[in-house]
Amino acid sequence: MAFRLKLVPEETHINWFSVQWLTFGISAVLMVASLVVTLVMGLNFGIDFRGGTTIRAESTQTVDIAQYRKTLDGLQIGDVSITEIFDNAFTQNKNITQIRLAAGEGDAAVTPEELDRVHTALLTIDPTVKFVSVESVGPKVSGELVKTAFYAVTAATIGIMIYIWFRFEWQFAVGAVVSMVHDALLTVGIFALFQIRFDLTTIAALLTVVSYSVNDTVVVFDRLRENLMKYKTTPLIDLMNLTVNETLSRTVMTGMTTAIALTAMLIYGGDVIRSFVFAMLWGVFVGTYSTLYMAKNIVLWLGVKRDWSKDAKKDPTPAEFRDIG
Amino acid sequence: MLQIPLWKRIVILGLVALGLLLAMPNAFYGRVETHNDALARIEKTGTTTPQDTADIAGWPSFLPSALVNLGLDLRGGAHLLGQVHLEDVYKARMTGLWPELRNDLAAQRDTVGAVRRVAGPDDQLIIEIGNADQMAQAITIARKYVTPVATLAGAGQSDLVIAGSGNRMTISISDAEKSAVADRTVQQTLEIVRRRVDEVGTREPTIVRQGADRVLIEVPGIGSAEELKALIGTTAKLTFNPVVGRVTDPNTRAQPGQMVVPSIDEKGIFYVLEETPVVTGEDLVDARPSFDQNGAAAVDFRFGPNGAKRFGAYTSSNIGQPFAIVLDNQVISAPVIRQAITTGSGQISGAMNVEQSTQLAVLLRAGALPAKMTFLEERTIGPELGQDSIDAGRISSIIATVGVVAYMIASYGLFGTFASIAVLINVGMILGIMSVMGATLTMPGIAGIVLTVGTAVDANVIIYERIREELRRTTNVVKAVEQGFKEAMSAIIDANLTSFISALVMFFLGSGPVKGFAVTFTIGLVTSVFTAIFLTRLMIVFWIEWRKPKQLIL
Repeated sequence: MAFRLKLVPEETHINWFSVQWLTFGISAVLMVASLVVTLVMGLNFGIDFRGGTTIRAESTQTVDIAQYRKTLDGLQIGDVSITEIFDNAFTQNKNITQIRLAAGEGDAAVTPEELDRVHTALLTIDPTVKFVSVESVGPKVSGELVKTAFYAVTAATIGIMIYIWFRFEWQFAVGAVVSMVHDALLTVGIFALFQIRFDLTTIAALLTVVSYSVNDTVVVFDRLRENLMKYKTTPLIDLMNLTVNETLSRTVMTGMTTAIALTAMLIYGGDVIRSFVFAMLWGVFVGTYSTLYMAKNIVLWLGVKRDWSKDAKKDPTPAEFRDIG
Repeated sequence: MLQIPLWKRIVILGLVALGLLLAMPNAFYGRVETHNDALARIEKTGTTTPQDTADIAGWPSFLPSALVNLGLDLRGGAHLLGQVHLEDVYKARMTGLWPELRNDLAAQRDTVGAVRRVAGPDDQLIIEIGNADQMAQAITIARKYVTPVATLAGAGQSDLVIAGSGNRMTISISDAEKSAVADRTVQQTLEIVRRRVDEVGTREPTIVRQGADRVLIEVPGIGSAEELKALIGTTAKLTFNPVVGRVTDPNTRAQPGQMVVPSIDEKGIFYVLEETPVVTGEDLVDARPSFDQNGAAAVDFRFGPNGAKRFGAYTSSNIGQPFAIVLDNQVISAPVIRQAITTGSGQISGAMNVEQSTQLAVLLRAGALPAKMTFLEERTIGPELGQDSIDAGRISSIIATVGVVAYMIASYGLFGTFASIAVLINVGMILGIMSVMGATLTMPGIAGIVLTVGTAVDANVIIYERIREELRRTTNVVKAVEQGFKEAMSAIIDANLTSFISALVMFFLGSGPVKGFAVTFTIGLVTSVFTAIFLTRLMIVFWIEWRKPKQLIL
């Protein structure tokens, strides 16, 4: 007998709806909480969306943030924020600081004089300081980037919704989109809660989370549709349980492989894309959860067409509900 | 389903081989790059040095040599998003129109009355005339300056729109003309930027138009955005003007048609020049740094036929006179004309070092930007950071792949090995396709590949789980495998098409990191479906044909 790693037993008979009010309640609470946290704490927008300048400074000396701050405050160049970055990939004499300057007046990005002053000032307290990257976005562009990012997320949502609507039924589309919004909202909430930098890259991560979530949901829907055609009279809720149990192994398997890949990226990928990878990893967990506990609940509540045979229109069978209390 | 005809097997294996062959140059990145650079150098200079020959020999020419472009975040370099100030061009157009129109209207002063320009928006010319009842007449005069727009989109439209109400005539640039001007100006800007960037000899710069009036410039390998700005941002306007005199008082009053211009090197010296240049930078066809007979840095230049004729005529009748070279309203040098230069080729020498002469040659050759440009977005990524990112990307990709492969083999045994081979080939094919497309690999792009490694096995997982289910029902291996592939197909298509939708959205709406991610993610989707459905199946079919298994444990 060959060895097989199986995280999920061959056959499961879990009743996914036994705790549906609890899980749905938790989801609802988390969604509201994410929204509140985002509104109250706000997102830590990167320069892509807020305009301004980010400098990545590298030094072989130990960095004294307080001294940096004092020096830069003396320049009177407006709002300055300084963070030290730690990463396991850094060697001992590599000290990275991230300096963020608020956007200046006008549409243009950064004035070279300002940048020069910052560099010269820092050199006086730390002669080894080097600017390894400088990124600057003017307020005009940052406003446009916010707009396109918003359009991108909306367009992706609508596109996916239309596709599912055509391939399945509108109830499925609603279910998929609600779970998609759930995942996106929870991801944004986490970003607000931990004040992780939110920029263009994060939008890419968010879109990936959304597509992963839908991907996961669609595979289950696909099986559900198949089962709907196979078992014409079984109550919908039983069919859903059967479907999720049948696809559970795949859901966990794919979630695991993706999580393995992303975890490697999270640990060894360096600090530059850490927040990006973190968003995706979080999204994989949330996406798997919403596949199991969100999407199909909505489809259950909305009901679906049960008879997929050709003469269904002549004799429509109403959706069946069962007491689940 | 498991009967794969020979030609299909050949096509599948052929595509895999092709993908891997195209990806191969990336494994020898440095060598292939040197090879390609040498070829580019030879093409540009037309001569071959021994170094070039050696560099070319480093990579066999019968092998593909297209490489994945490394993005700025991996290679280091500068990124600029510039906005071209079109309103300056519109303004210049209106300002240029005014004197001629004024003369024409003044000639009809008896009918239209006094003519006066009123302040208005930059892209409009607002004129007040004395006799409001003669507006029709004034409009007729102005209409002389209207010409049809010469673009396809603007066909049938005029360049100027003239409206009159009361004693006020408004001339504005039509929308068709505006978009034609915008196109022309941005195209010209792109061309000039490209030529200036090419001067520094960097490889693979990206210089593209973005939207109506934006220019995106990405130059790998350059030190900083400041450097890049200095290189392209100089709106150099070069003219050669006759010298009237040399003064030390900046407040010297110039005669009509003359101007007072400071000298660039000699402090406190001003030149009085004829305002109308003899030749301008536009007449120049070539300029290159060189040395004069005393070994000092100089610039050799050559004029086109028209410029040469005018330059020749002027120099022959003004021997012994100084002749000023004016760059952006500053006299660079006012050398004395030693002899008639009738061939159109000449030399500028004077107080310059080699660097300055190189810079001057670049400026002379590249000409002026047609309009001012401001920079809305600037990014500098140092080469060290790029190298760090490459290292991090490489390590994390390897660890991710090893992890996924180990997990797949532990879960599915032999079939897991098949899937793992398919995933590795998948990564190779992504790189191969990116190389051929000339797509750019960025750090988020690497993350996209890593994510693809994670999700690429998804299609295999869907198939294998189906086969497992079938195996519970039947012991017939062939039937189970066949059924598994068949049943899984619809889920695979649905799952990947939804991902494809969001990848496409990212590609078209995204910029920078979003786009970089979308590129690898999209290509990865296509190749992973191919490897999962066709390649894995072919491997399983080979295995079934070879071992004729009676049972299968999955």
